[in-house]
Amino acid sequence: MKSNSIAIVGAAETTELGTIPDMSQIQLHADAALNAMSDAGLGLKDIDGIATAGESPVNLAHYLGITPTWVDGTGVGGCSFMLHVRHAAAAINEGLCTTVLVTHGESGRSGIGRGAYRGSPSSLPGQFEGAYGGMGPTTSFTIPFLRYMKDTGTTLEQLAMVAVVQREWAARNPRAKLQQLTSVEEVMNDRIIAYPFTKSECCLVTDGGGALILTSAERAKDFPTQPVYIVGTGESVETPMISQMADFSSSRAFKVSGKKAFDEAGIEHNDVDHLMIYDAFAHLPFYGLEDLGFCKPGEAGAFIEDRNTAPDGGSLPLNTNGGGLSYMHSGMYGMYALQESVRQLRGTAAAQVEDAKLSVCHGVGGMFAASGTIIMANEVV
Amino acid sequence: MADKSKLPVPQPTPETQHFWDATKAGELKLQKCEDCSHIYFPPRPFCPKCASKSVKVFSASGEATLYSYVINHRPHPAFDGPYSIAVVTLKEGPRMMTNIINCEQTPERLRLDMSLRVVFEDLSQDIALPYFEPMEASS
Repeated sequence: MKSNSIAIVGAAETTELGTIPDMSQIQLHADAALNAMSDAGLGLKDIDGIATAGESPVNLAHYLGITPTWVDGTGVGGCSFMLHVRHAAAAINEGLCTTVLVTHGESGRSGIGRGAYRGSPSSLPGQFEGAYGGMGPTTSFTIPFLRYMKDTGTTLEQLAMVAVVQREWAARNPRAKLQQLTSVEEVMNDRIIAYPFTKSECCLVTDGGGALILTSAERAKDFPTQPVYIVGTGESVETPMISQMADFSSSRAFKVSGKKAFDEAGIEHNDVDHLMIYDAFAHLPFYGLEDLGFCKPGEAGAFIEDRNTAPDGGSLPLNTNGGGLSYMHSGMYGMYALQESVRQLRGTAAAQVEDAKLSVCHGVGGMFAASGTIIMANEVV
Repeated sequence: MADKSKLPVPQPTPETQHFWDATKAGELKLQKCEDCSHIYFPPRPFCPKCASKSVKVFSASGEATLYSYVINHRPHPAFDGPYSIAVVTLKEGPRMMTNIINCEQTPERLRLDMSLRVVFEDLSQDIALPYFEPMEASS
């Protein structure tokens, strides 16, 4: 996409996060959408493009009462919203629509109005992974990590430190689900879910939603909030089967998406003030830091252990909302990572990074299956 | 007591039927491109490296090494106690998911890069699953 041509002018999460048993999944989308429209000072008739995942965009348009001229239902898991932002930017620039609403809503904890997900036994994952007793992400997303440890010399203490540092961020965020500080010992001694991962190293399962509104940078100046400019974007996919991921110590989708976004943005890593890396499990920040080029291969464990991503002086504040491990995780967390980048660049985050001007927001979909990267700034870069 | 009937049974497609026919007969089949020699899995009637449709099915050695795994501690009706879900690297190159069986399900016994061999067990009347066990007898 053309750098700096598009801006986020509306951003909001659902009014509540956590356990929301009185709202169906489509209503979570709507709650977030209406909050984002209110944030931007827009009405339903102003929206002419919609994008969503987990729900059909048809359901969303009908439920909200929107008549779009552009629709995107790209559904590649939790980073779908990064891809939606990228696609929306291209669509607005091409003149297919002017004002795009991207929504997420997921009744991940309460399961209200949520369709059952079950892979087909005739799909390739169904045939070649389905009968080995996998129990979803906890037993598939986690499989590569023992190999990563052996390849890189990363330790279980360093893995635990990811959860510890993110809790420090969450402790400053009143909307975070888990706010009590923890320790490496406590994380390592927590209940084992899938060795080597303990419960504290696995994401939360909560209800919630979020929405973004995008328009041209030219129009963005007329909106009530600080525009957040899209300066670089990337996306890619690798494989629907964790067993077929080419390298268990590095994600091809991360590398391709990250490089594309950095190339578009024309920025250097040390320009970055704030970073979000989708953390469904505690090892993901290692892959993100290395595959995006913030750390050399195998050095992310020590980087986090040395508090480079921690509050109070860390050079690269990471997952400042507390992340999927401590803030919230509805299932497709990418939207919340984007929301936190927007808050940081607007200067409205609960744990605000001083003078944050440039934020990199990196998402994963499926189990290293897909990736999307959005680089944002609060001034034209 | 472990009840394997609680596992979803793979449903072959025209492109994969040969693989499942072979596991039922106690053989592990892979495919090889006759143009670029790439050996690949899972099955498909063209080479995912060069798109050639000139590919052949052949019997793999059944030898593998342990690439990575987790030990699932959440209860599953098809397993007694914690069990490994693993990815192995076949001697011929491709990787596949499996369970490591006939081995204590502990990090001490499940060593990365240990040598393994394929074994087959029936999951249903039509489907036998490939599993892997340590090459050297485990205590």
